[in-house]
Amino acid sequence: MKRWIISLLMLISVQAVAAIDTYEFQDEDTRKRFQQLTEELRCPKCQNQNLADSNSPIAKDLRHEVYRMLDKGESDSEIADFMVARYGEFVLYKPRKDASTYVLWYGPFGLLLLGLIVVFAITRRKNTAAQETPESNLDNEQRKKLNSLLDQDTDK
Amino acid sequence: MRRFFLFIPLVIFFVMGIFLYQGLQLDPTNLPSALIDKPLPEFRVSSLYDEDRVITEEDLKGKPALLNVWATWCPSCKQEHAQLNRIKEEGYVIYGVNYKDDRGKAKEWLRRYLDPYSENIFDKTGSFGINLGVYGAPETYVIDAEGVIRYKHVGVVDEKVWAQLKPILQKLENGQEAK
Repeated sequence: MKRWIISLLMLISVQAVAAIDTYEFQDEDTRKRFQQLTEELRCPKCQNQNLADSNSPIAKDLRHEVYRMLDKGESDSEIADFMVARYGEFVLYKPRKDASTYVLWYGPFGLLLLGLIVVFAITRRKNTAAQETPESNLDNEQRKKLNSLLDQDTDK
Repeated sequence: MRRFFLFIPLVIFFVMGIFLYQGLQLDPTNLPSALIDKPLPEFRVSSLYDEDRVITEEDLKGKPALLNVWATWCPSCKQEHAQLNRIKEEGYVIYGVNYKDDRGKAKEWLRRYLDPYSENIFDKTGSFGINLGVYGAPETYVIDAEGVIRYKHVGVVDEKVWAQLKPILQKLENGQEAK
């Protein structure tokens, strides 16, 4: 039993904090903002990491830049603007809501709505179709023939 | 009409296929520079050769030129250096930004491999680099006579890349004469 628990624990990997710098923050709030900013800004060099995770020199410099700007008392959006002005919209992991990103933000809801409409339309059509179909439109002759054919099967 | 609707999924498939296929050709490391068609950021950085001499963006104006970001710790920079020397011999202006480097090592490098740069900017802290949107050396910018960034190439400048950069520079030079 113990062995099982240990091997199970081994499957759970603890998320590693890759980059460790020592920064002195004015207060707890600034520290939290720093963490959030470095997590939401993408490292331009190592593109699938944020600034917080990356060990590349440029990420280190940019972390320092974020720290410096926070220390100067600049707002989160000012810092984001600073990064976007230099590295483009690309650095934001959370794209802004403007005309070019509306599709990105609202597209999924639009598609969901479209899907619901299609599902609704199909089920409704099926229901009405089922109701409208008469019991059968065979005449007596044909019904006899059908019954005899069905009987043939049961004989076997 | 009903039958037409049956083809909608196929149409969607093809449209998505075309987009995804185009995506395959894109190089994800090739970022569009946010600074294209913007003037060089203001800077005051010392010269590589003379610590006391301050270079500003004004010093880079006057002629269309290349602005090459390099460092001795960057192996690809060594690779492109010979090409930069050839470009200089062709009569084009190249400015060098020595990015986060050691002054002594950088001078030694230029002494040994020749110095193709008309100005040598020594960006020790990398702050000018950040303002330029540099994320890894080597990077090469094409700037016009007014110091406006016209093009950015990330990576080694070899003959093939130079063949792309040269017409841009020539066009800028011709435009300048026409004025």
